[in-house]
Amino acid sequence: MARAVTTNRKMINTAVAWLIGLLIFFPILWTILTSFKTEAQAIADPPIFLFFDWTLENYSVVQERSDYMRFLWNSIFLAGGSTILGLIIAVPAAWSMAFVPSKRTKDILLWMLSTKMLPAVGVLYPIYLLFIQLGLLDSRIGLTIVLMLINLPIIVWMLYTYFKEIPGEILEAARMDGAGLKEELLYILTPMAIPGIASTMLLNFILAWNEAFWTLNLTAVNAAPLTAFIASYSSPEGLFFAKLSAASTMAIAPILILGWFSQKQLVRGLTFGAVK
Amino acid sequence: MSIKNALCAATALTLLSAASVHAETITIATVNNGDMIRMQGYTDDFTAKTGHTVEWVTLEENVLRQRVTTDISTKGGAFDIMTIGMYETPIWGANGWLVPLNDLSEEYDAADILPAMAGGLSHDGTLYAAPFYGESSMVMYRTDLMAKAGLEMPDAPTWEFIREAAAAMTDRDNEINGICLRGKAGWGEGGAFITAMSNSFGARWFDMDWNAQFDTEEWANTLNFYKDMMDASGPPGYATNGFNENLSLFQQGKCGMWIDATVAASFVTNPNDSTVADSVGFALAPDTGLGKRSNWLWAWALAIPAGTQKEAAAKEFIEWATSKSYIELVAAKEGWANVPPGARTSLYETPEYQAVPFAKMTLDSILSADPNNSTVEPSPYVGIQFAAIPEFAGIATEVSQEFSAAYAGQQTVEEALAKAQALTNDAMEAAGYR
Repeated sequence: MARAVTTNRKMINTAVAWLIGLLIFFPILWTILTSFKTEAQAIADPPIFLFFDWTLENYSVVQERSDYMRFLWNSIFLAGGSTILGLIIAVPAAWSMAFVPSKRTKDILLWMLSTKMLPAVGVLYPIYLLFIQLGLLDSRIGLTIVLMLINLPIIVWMLYTYFKEIPGEILEAARMDGAGLKEELLYILTPMAIPGIASTMLLNFILAWNEAFWTLNLTAVNAAPLTAFIASYSSPEGLFFAKLSAASTMAIAPILILGWFSQKQLVRGLTFGAVK
Repeated sequence: MSIKNALCAATALTLLSAASVHAETITIATVNNGDMIRMQGYTDDFTAKTGHTVEWVTLEENVLRQRVTTDISTKGGAFDIMTIGMYETPIWGANGWLVPLNDLSEEYDAADILPAMAGGLSHDGTLYAAPFYGESSMVMYRTDLMAKAGLEMPDAPTWEFIREAAAAMTDRDNEINGICLRGKAGWGEGGAFITAMSNSFGARWFDMDWNAQFDTEEWANTLNFYKDMMDASGPPGYATNGFNENLSLFQQGKCGMWIDATVAASFVTNPNDSTVADSVGFALAPDTGLGKRSNWLWAWALAIPAGTQKEAAAKEFIEWATSKSYIELVAAKEGWANVPPGARTSLYETPEYQAVPFAKMTLDSILSADPNNSTVEPSPYVGIQFAAIPEFAGIATEVSQEFSAAYAGQQTVEEALAKAQALTNDAMEAAGYR
């Protein structure tokens, strides 16, 4: 009897989880469906869900009007570049905070996180002027640095949480065996923290991919990523929802696929240390 | 003969190489509007004629406004041409941020630009942006529903007639709303509409000493009239409806009347998108008999930021894109109904364009709008649906938020006006006007 109750409860939990999941996914599903409609079908009232004449015309128009591959390449470069650069800086920083903490370590960690609360628009003009002076406006390198900087607190925090889970004695043993700092980081710490580093990389990659303030404000032609691609299809004076949906679907498709294949690492990374 | 041919070939090669030496790549920031997108498709024609190539940066209107403002105010130089409107042009021209366009070629015929457009895109008599297309606002109505209601729309209706017609056309059982108007917060959305409407009720934003005027009877009349009419005959949730929402409702046959941008006429009469394309009529925006109508004036125009290294090529592009020959090019390829309207006088003298159903009313609406004399009582600002001062966008966005809250029933009209009065005076004082 007790077993039957447990099974029922499991079924209910599963159903509720699916319901919540579908609810969260519905806007994305609706965007994908709209991308296959005509503009008239896209605004039909009552809305048309599945039974309409599916068309690829919007994708054809978007492909013809925009150089999708250039935007895609920029997104990959910016998200990938900022993630790698961020890790190069964050791994040593998180190591020192986790294994060689000082009296101010906690304060520094909190201060780093507090910088995420600063409204980005507040520093737009200083950053913009700096970019003009350094010749970095509309450059992938400049934007990679900015994206790395805005995500650095999160990378450091995540890696710090991971490293804290690794017993310090293992590193001490390595040091006693003659390992230097480089060997300790590369051959002892990193292999043990690979799952954590992977989930940190994934999360940072997604955050950088979706970043839409700096990527719109510091780019024009050369460095514009997929966020600028989507923005070019939004209009307050004209109904282009079907084309906008096609552009959005093309922009989110790569990250959706990446997220699908790496969901285990993502969930592990986000819930690490939550339950012991 | 062969020597002559050889000389011709040599001359052609020399000219070609000279052109390629001076060929530039210009970067243009623009909005995602139908006419602008169409222009992008014809860029090859410009390249073939001049040798210059074009890189487009297309952004949503509000994003574009922020992006180009940041760039021009910091002299960033990211763009060689910017698409800007009537609000920015005189302000940026006065700041010295734009290249004057007073040396355009004779062939271009700058005198052909509609005077209202040229006036709104100038500062101290100097043209700073060339209009690509212009618009006013007018009444678009369902001829079938109007006939069913036993009414006839005059060419120049009053607000009282509009209210009566809206009530008569409203059919809640069949989801038909007598009238659809913008109520959405934002200075360019509901803010633009209510400001233009207030002009016809004798209201104004500021007196000659830059004091806010929301505590006047004229503003109370404007807002009360709008809210009463929309509550009785407007669509549910009108407080959050902007241009696109109303366009969608009208195209689906759910609005008896819609007062909005003249550019919408081509959308609602397009049978591919609109279910009511064959039963749409047009009339001037309404008035109350005080001498000012409630139509606005706007233009999307091309301007060159001061400091660009490619000024000559940028001017060539502007001359091409806003020329008579560009209009003829679009007409030849896509028909006269699709040419960019509202910029040139000669367009409205073209017999083929005169046959387009909304052409005359669009021109009449544009001609009846005067940004230099937009209010019944004198006012210190230029602009119809805005006051051309840098502080206006911020203030008007907040004011329109208060108004939208009143439309939604979250506060009374009196409360909204009192808040608008206080916040406007505070902002004007902080900016040093008072």
